[in-house]
Amino acid sequence: MSQVEKLRELGQKERKRQEQFHSRVFCCISTACLSTGAGATREALEEAVDGLEQSDDQQIEVVPTGCLGLCSKGPLVRVETKDEPDVFYESVTPEVARQVVEVHASANGEKAKNGLQKHVLAPDIPFFSKQVKVVLTECGHINPEKLEDYLAHGGYTALTRVLDEMTPEQVCEVISQSGLRGRGGAGFPTGLKWTLTRQAVGDRKFVIANGDEGDPGAYMDRTVMEDEPHRVLEGLMIAAYAIGAQYGYFYVRGEYPIAIQRLQRAIRAARRRGILGKSVMGTDWRFDADVRIGAGAFVCGEETALIHSVEGKRGMPRMRPPYPSVSGLWQCPTSINNVETLASVPSIINKGADWFASIGTEKSKGTKVFALAGQLTNTGLIEVPMGITLREIVYEIGGGVPGDQDFKAAQTGGPSGGCIPAEYLDTPVDYESLQALGSIMGSGGLVIIDDTTSMPEFAKYFMDFCMDESCGKCVPCRVGTVQAWKLLDKITRGDGVPEDLDKLEGLCTTIKQSSLCGLGQSAPNPVLSTLRYFRHEYEELVSANSEAEAESVEA
Amino acid sequence: MTATEKTDDRSTANNGHPSGDERFKALDRTMKRFKYEKDALLEVLNAGQEAFGFLSEDLLIYISSHLGVPLSQIYGVATFYHLFTFEPLGDHNCIICAGTACHVKGSDKIITTLSEAFGVKPGETTPDGAFSLTIARCLGSCGLAPLMVLDGEINGNATPEVALERVNAALDIATGGTQQEKESA
Repeated sequence: MSQVEKLRELGQKERKRQEQFHSRVFCCISTACLSTGAGATREALEEAVDGLEQSDDQQIEVVPTGCLGLCSKGPLVRVETKDEPDVFYESVTPEVARQVVEVHASANGEKAKNGLQKHVLAPDIPFFSKQVKVVLTECGHINPEKLEDYLAHGGYTALTRVLDEMTPEQVCEVISQSGLRGRGGAGFPTGLKWTLTRQAVGDRKFVIANGDEGDPGAYMDRTVMEDEPHRVLEGLMIAAYAIGAQYGYFYVRGEYPIAIQRLQRAIRAARRRGILGKSVMGTDWRFDADVRIGAGAFVCGEETALIHSVEGKRGMPRMRPPYPSVSGLWQCPTSINNVETLASVPSIINKGADWFASIGTEKSKGTKVFALAGQLTNTGLIEVPMGITLREIVYEIGGGVPGDQDFKAAQTGGPSGGCIPAEYLDTPVDYESLQALGSIMGSGGLVIIDDTTSMPEFAKYFMDFCMDESCGKCVPCRVGTVQAWKLLDKITRGDGVPEDLDKLEGLCTTIKQSSLCGLGQSAPNPVLSTLRYFRHEYEELVSANSEAEAESVEA
Repeated sequence: MTATEKTDDRSTANNGHPSGDERFKALDRTMKRFKYEKDALLEVLNAGQEAFGFLSEDLLIYISSHLGVPLSQIYGVATFYHLFTFEPLGDHNCIICAGTACHVKGSDKIITTLSEAFGVKPGETTPDGAFSLTIARCLGSCGLAPLMVLDGEINGNATPEVALERVNAALDIATGGTQQEKESA
């Protein structure tokens, strides 16, 4: 039996096993739910199921799974029952968990159902119905630690198809046609990056999955790595095949221990089943992968800095060109892709470039995962088609700003992005539109702020971050961020004068235009965008001093 | 230095640390797994930090002699990354997330409260070694902002009052525990 057949059989066996259950109870065990007590919920569910007398046709099992999305209402539990619609439960305490099992275990569980009504989330609320899942397809549907479960859900079929039917050139072509762009923030066309790396001359080539998600306020990449490690690995392998690489790395933040563990586990399982190794899927292509752990440096998300970090050096960026696609890791051609980009790849191969290109806008195709946070009713992880408006995200999916406060701005792209005020809420979310507003798509952090937040203070917060994270290699960033922070500090303390605003704007423009890497080039964005849309708040802070000065001159 | 001399160096060094401290074995395993490659420095430092809790000078010298990387270079790399610390943490460690979502929801107030209550700045440990206050850039649980992690236990939707209460409780239990031990002794 060939390798591919063995894997197919493994997946079928797992699917048959799953089908014998009348109900399957999915308990979210991602970091957010764990911190609201999902550990105890899972134990209660498992105990309750163990305590049942299970007949052959009424079996029930508990499946630990990945993020179900609505993190603010955790712990979350979803129940799949044969021939019935799925039921979502929110705020599932151990007590509620026992009731959930009772309701779904027996046909006459209707009586107990009434007490649970207040924990049931309607499946048609906009939070769920407005979303389109491409990257997070299996998230919340499979046990991320089980290779068999991924296989049962069609895992590694894209890789098999690529190896069987396609040349590397064809893979690059399909990805180019799909219009997939880098999800790390800059939006470089993925197909083009692969083609350039494939055409570059070199004995050895590398692929790296960039999981160094340093943006404060963002956790999309963590979720993708924790909940769908095999999907990222499959995407990485397809990338490796397309460019002709023999080795790949996952570069993961040290702050994400669960993501590191699950990726390592996924790699071990893949090696055991012949997916990784000397003969991938029984072909003569040799490929293996390993995890490299970052140690807390925001700048390492920049690709040349990341390469230095993998090489065991200080994570400082260097001048480009040469781009990593020509000279990267150990001077070999290297393709570095964000984990979310890689996680989109298996779906594109399976469903076709045209299908992917049909989602989104003219220049931004597919979906984007956002970590929705801040002053919103519903916070959590969402995947939406490109081109959706901010208004839909904030008011329909997010449920609006709670309490009596008003929406003030949406902050995208973390310390590299900007603030978008209420009058632009109808802007479609795509790379170009956000850039035109002075912000960026970024890796996917979306923080909503209400009118209690002072914008100059907020800008100072981000400048403080960039000042701290600047690697110090180039002067505009190292010195500029400190000076910009000092000016912001002076203004927010109420000591600023009107001229400081022009000085700040000039300084920020200089940093933006002359810094070496993306960190410095984008560090002034929060300041420039708040100066653009909320200048009156800065002016209020400095105007008091100009009047006082004018008075003292008159006197 | 020639290649053969280098190998000799390593084979003698492979006998472990002269102090016989077992924790060095975890470090040796990591270095061996990476075949004593200089490129694996970050992995080795991570393993060292995990085994010892912090990177002491002695530890850095040990790594330097095994990987054949100058101590100055190791120090340069180690100080570049935020996760590496060079002093031991307190018995109780409280991490406050200062990510964007937590900041917007008032994590700075929690930091100020704890800072004033225990007389430590973020990143410092109390002189008696009982309590450390640490700031994280983002812990990635933004849906539950603001977030505090006390001795590994995550608490979402924290407030200054709750944070202070929990830290006090943790410290009280600790002193209570030692008193009991004293009594039983």
